[in-house]
Amino acid sequence: MAATFFGEVVKAPCRAGTEEEEEEEEEGRRETPEDREVRRQLARKREVRLLRRQTKTSLEVSLLEKYPCSKFIIAIGNNAVAFLSSFVMNSGVWEEVGFAKLWNEWCRTTDTTHLSPAEAFCIFYHLKSNPSVFGSCTRKNTQVTILTCRHVTDYKTSESTGSLPAPFLKALKTQNFKDPACCSLLEQPNIVHDLPAAVLSYCQVWKIPAILYLCYTDVMKLDLITVEAFKPILSSRSLKSLVKNIPQSTEILKKLMTTNEVQSNIYT
Amino acid sequence: MFVPCGESVPDLTGFTLLMPAVSVGNVGQLAIDLIISTLNMSKIGYFYTDCLVPMVGNNPYATGEENSTELSINAEVYSLPSRRLVALQLRSIFIKYKTKPFCEKLLSWVKGSNCARVIVLSSSHSYQRNDLQLRSTPFRYLLTPSMQINVQNKMKSLNWEEMEKSPCIPEINDSEFCVRIPGGGITKALYDESCSKEIQMAVLLKFVSEGDNIPDALGLVEYLNEWLQIIKPHDPTVPSLRWKMPSSWRLLFGSGLPPALF
Repeated sequence: MAATFFGEVVKAPCRAGTEEEEEEEEEGRRETPEDREVRRQLARKREVRLLRRQTKTSLEVSLLEKYPCSKFIIAIGNNAVAFLSSFVMNSGVWEEVGFAKLWNEWCRTTDTTHLSPAEAFCIFYHLKSNPSVFGSCTRKNTQVTILTCRHVTDYKTSESTGSLPAPFLKALKTQNFKDPACCSLLEQPNIVHDLPAAVLSYCQVWKIPAILYLCYTDVMKLDLITVEAFKPILSSRSLKSLVKNIPQSTEILKKLMTTNEVQSNIYT
Repeated sequence: MFVPCGESVPDLTGFTLLMPAVSVGNVGQLAIDLIISTLNMSKIGYFYTDCLVPMVGNNPYATGEENSTELSINAEVYSLPSRRLVALQLRSIFIKYKTKPFCEKLLSWVKGSNCARVIVLSSSHSYQRNDLQLRSTPFRYLLTPSMQINVQNKMKSLNWEEMEKSPCIPEINDSEFCVRIPGGGITKALYDESCSKEIQMAVLLKFVSEGDNIPDALGLVEYLNEWLQIIKPHDPTVPSLRWKMPSSWRLLFGSGLPPALF
């Protein structure tokens, strides 16, 4: 509980997230077998499933076993995905090998069984000419690269965030990643959470070399300057061999931007 | 599950495990940070779990360039073999409905690793105190029955206050009495599980309000220190100077302010 400046007492959320736990405890005491069954069904509905591209059948073995690779690149967020599509995936032939299907209470689509590829939140591609990219023989030989963006106000610094030269790149790497990063490392006390953190945590714990490139930007929607801020990583060992034609990439990127701009209209 | 940093699993037989509950003001977690930082404990492994929100960052206890680039995740284990101490640090909040599975996995690891005892550092909402609690010390302890046999006398000699029982359902007059720890996160669940599994566990907590909880964390480590004597207790210097604050405690309240504001 907290009192506001105007004297009203309000229930303030606890930053340690303990209110939910107390509710859970109460619910746990009153839980019936039916409640448990409902919860089990909900958990099953929320499971992430990996499906084969053409047939949309489940992948029986793990994706990395079926398509072993030496380089696994994951882009999270529209700017990171635009960078990867324009600068890395424009060269060579990339084949879609599968997509991840997931559902939770925030999804706008209610049909979980017939999710169309366009609605897929995550699509896996592998390079046809060099199937070792996005695929590795054993876990030990895989190198993981993660690209994502965050808003510049998330970045903690002793100066004011308004004075920072956004967009700028920061990196975090696991212990087993021995190559130098293409930008400075993320300083304490900054942290990363959610999916990029989950991937990096997995790699750190299981000793997989991995690097996360984080672009701090003040524009969270698709933006040319933000996407181009990822350019320094094109000289990294993992991506150098994949990048063929940078001027062509810039053209592809510009086209992507205009397509998106036309669609973002408050009247549509 | 526990995953060691090195090739082999370290032997924790007979060690004392210190761990926080993610509780109001994050006091337990701040206290564990102080302990790890002051004693310069080394990381021995990860407690890899899907029960906590994922989070990564560079070494929060960095003292210089050479050790500032080691990646840290949301649940890590540190040890100081010379004092037979092992510390588990939790750095993010629990995912809904995952607290019970976490408690089960944690306690099964504790039993499997043959730790002698577990000490949980926690906190509880200060606004929930009754009149008696308002007038007394803000620190409380709780012991599981198997722990009571060993340390009850020590608690008496320290003149510590045991956590009082309160009505299970506060609104009802003739409700049964039980131990309640509002704002304590998984503290109560861990305590109850440990009682039934006969694990030697002690809970040390402080009544706090959310805000700048660094003084509360310092208070809690001093309270723990009265018992465990982690650092010399009779040093007359100010408590805050005896405990080393980690470098990651910078900018706890956000970035710098734009000069144009003034």
